[in-house]
Amino acid sequence: MKRVILVGTLVTLVLGLMVASVYAESRRLIIQGSTTVLPIAQKCAEVFTQKHPEANISVRGGGSGTGIAALIDGICDIADSSRPIKDKEINKAVERRIDPVAHVIAMDGIAVIVHPSNPVNELTLTQLKDIYTGRISNWSELGGKNQKIVVISRDVASGTFECFNKLVLKKQRVRPDALLQASNAAVLSVVKRTKGAIGYVGLGYLSSEVKALKIEGILPSEDTVLKGTYPISRPLFMYTNGKPKGLAKDFIDFVLSEEGQGIVKEQGFVPLK
Amino acid sequence: MKRTQKENLIRGFFCLFASLSILFLLGILIVLFKEGLPIFKVTTFKEFLFGKFWYPTYEPPEFGILPLILGSFLVTLGALIISVPLGVASAIYISEAASPKIKEFIKPVIELLAGIPSVVYGFFGMVVVAPLVAKIFNLPVGLNAFTASLILGIMAIPTITSISEDAISAVPKRFKEASYALGANKWETILRATLPAAGGGITTAIILGIARVIGETMTVLMVAGGAAVIPHSFFQPVRTMTATIAAEMGETVAGSAHFCALFAIAIVLFVITLSFNILADILTQRFRKRLG
Repeated sequence: MKRVILVGTLVTLVLGLMVASVYAESRRLIIQGSTTVLPIAQKCAEVFTQKHPEANISVRGGGSGTGIAALIDGICDIADSSRPIKDKEINKAVERRIDPVAHVIAMDGIAVIVHPSNPVNELTLTQLKDIYTGRISNWSELGGKNQKIVVISRDVASGTFECFNKLVLKKQRVRPDALLQASNAAVLSVVKRTKGAIGYVGLGYLSSEVKALKIEGILPSEDTVLKGTYPISRPLFMYTNGKPKGLAKDFIDFVLSEEGQGIVKEQGFVPLK
Repeated sequence: MKRTQKENLIRGFFCLFASLSILFLLGILIVLFKEGLPIFKVTTFKEFLFGKFWYPTYEPPEFGILPLILGSFLVTLGALIISVPLGVASAIYISEAASPKIKEFIKPVIELLAGIPSVVYGFFGMVVVAPLVAKIFNLPVGLNAFTASLILGIMAIPTITSISEDAISAVPKRFKEASYALGANKWETILRATLPAAGGGITTAIILGIARVIGETMTVLMVAGGAAVIPHSFFQPVRTMTATIAAEMGETVAGSAHFCALFAIAIVLFVITLSFNILADILTQRFRKRLG
């Protein structure tokens, strides 16, 4: 009888220790920032937690500025950003003894697309901006047919719009009568059926049913985006405080791994490879 | 346990379930107003309702939803022009003219229209109807208020038909008999006796049809084109209130002015649908009184 009690106590102790150690290992990671990076971070967190169930990752949006501010305030472990950190932010970080370290995790490239029958093959950034702000409204002004330009844009909350807005429109307003589509796939579907249409999609969504235009003489491709020669492209960042350690390191390593970069591609961005 | 106790218990149980939906409605209302009202710290009520530009993410932002309200109304009006004649005519045919065999077939078929998911309508509109509309009317793009009206009109037919049909069937037989006795033929009886008597019910049907159309989201998001401009014609892309909420809510920062503005649009939409429903209720009651 005594023996049974002894063994029982031992087993309970060992089990208790195991449970305790699992709890101790349950780690927390807070990721915050850019809505453009959000789908990558979210999907990566999802897959990562499936492999490491003890990891507790919370991913929030809020925009690049909010993310970097949160990193400086020590509220988050990883700040997602679709732009490099600004000098002002670096100064503030130094004041708070935070050392922001950048990790480029993907490239974001946007292809400008038209109907395959459209004879126009290339545009300059200024022409593209004029089309979207309403200064140019007929293809004949660009050497094409005498045809009204049907301007297709994305919902203003999307990361694709944010990037296009910054790199092409320079934050000028899109003409109000531009058609709004709520996803890359919807833009593609309208452009391939509309002769006078122009639209833009993430590079990952490009298909042979539409024609991608050269911008400033350069055709969008994974190669030109990676080299940075294609003008509507930008790197996407994750910032950490100092060199990443522990869970933050594991997570960023995962994002940069083959599997993580696969997710990057799946979400319509250009993997670093 | 006594029998009465048991009965009370069961009654209480069902009462609980019945009141649950009131609770849900209340919860939705509270959230709508809590999230939506803060927008009026950023913009005024007048600028919000009557502003002509919707640029929620620019610096400085503009939150004018007039183009969205007008877009919703234009599409609804177009849908009514299509669905009211079709819906009411089907109802008359089903209740007055069709043989029982045809009636048995056609009624479920019309009701089946209501069972098709709106995303399927939207896809059909985008892929089949829109290119056709563009071709027929020689337009640069087929995604416009006209195409949206066409599809929404078809979607509203089951609502209008089934409620109108109930109203027409509810007209007491003596009304018709009196008409026949005066020497009217079938067509005259329908037009002069049955339809006026069922008028209130048909109006209710139309109003519920309006509520159905104005709240429809997925289809208009896919088919109406989505340009937030004050519409001047049916052949122009428009954006409705529902489509705006659906397209922009997903990636908006919670608690931002844009987020509040989307909730405020939902409040406007809620008030509109609620008033239509109350109107329908009042009319139904009047109609019942008149038929006594």
